[in-house]
Amino acid sequence: MTAARFAVGQRVRISDRTPPVHHRVPSYAKGHVGVIERVCGLHGEPEKFIRGDGKPAQRLYRVRIPQTSLWQAYDGTDRDNLEIEIFEHWLELAE
Amino acid sequence: MTEHNDNHDHARTFQPDHVEPTSDAARIGLALRELLIEAGHYTAVEEQAVIAEMQGASPENGAKIVARAWTDDAYRERLLEDGAAAIREVGFDLQPYEFTVMENTGDAHNVIVCTLCSCYPRALLGMSPAWYKSKSYRSRVVHEPRKVLAEFGVHLDAGVDVRVHDSTAELRYMVLPQRPAGTEGWSEERLAGLVTRDSLIGTQRELTS
Repeated sequence: MTAARFAVGQRVRISDRTPPVHHRVPSYAKGHVGVIERVCGLHGEPEKFIRGDGKPAQRLYRVRIPQTSLWQAYDGTDRDNLEIEIFEHWLELAE
Repeated sequence: MTEHNDNHDHARTFQPDHVEPTSDAARIGLALRELLIEAGHYTAVEEQAVIAEMQGASPENGAKIVARAWTDDAYRERLLEDGAAAIREVGFDLQPYEFTVMENTGDAHNVIVCTLCSCYPRALLGMSPAWYKSKSYRSRVVHEPRKVLAEFGVHLDAGVDVRVHDSTAELRYMVLPQRPAGTEGWSEERLAGLVTRDSLIGTQRELTS
């Protein structure tokens, strides 16, 4: 099994791009920085299902993003989080 | 006694005719299904079996799992660590999805959404409620969760953190609600009777004994 590139607790940035095919990254999360909440399994890459079988499989992660960094004028506390599943090829280490 | 006085209420048993597909998408869906069956990818009988299995699923399955977690700490830990393996122990399987359970505590509340479509652990909990699929819930609960939760009657003070889980890919979620006070010594079966569908999604927090 391919080793995971990121570990729990690392800060990552979600890529801000829009491929012209179905992908599973909602626009509200693109470009945002979060922390790896957990490392999940390998799954077919959504962008590669348009032609073919989604292979090679990609590592999936759960990324935790503070709500206050996602939304201006967020009505809540700075400990409220949004947690989302993002594939490895959409993530890069953040400073 | 007249022929029609047969002791049931027609107003309640009436069902409208099955709606014939009218949109292009629905017609394409039907055509695709027929082609797949014709090409031998699966049979109509197999399809019916899958539908029957999904119709047999209900929030009661989730309630059973919650009740076990409330009464068996070791099971609760396994459930939070690896939800898929823990529900397999009690006879459920959600593969290929990674089943994930998020625990409510005194200072954290979890709520589930799928902003991109309407992913839901259907094979375990049955059909999702209509509001779960609505554009309003899907868009609002991510950016104003406290307001949306309040509309469901869940009023959280600032001491309780909100965790919104957007089910965007291969995980399927269920919330483990808190066990209500005053239920010490209850059987699993009796405890399961307290668990509601909405508490498994996170739009209900307090369960009443």
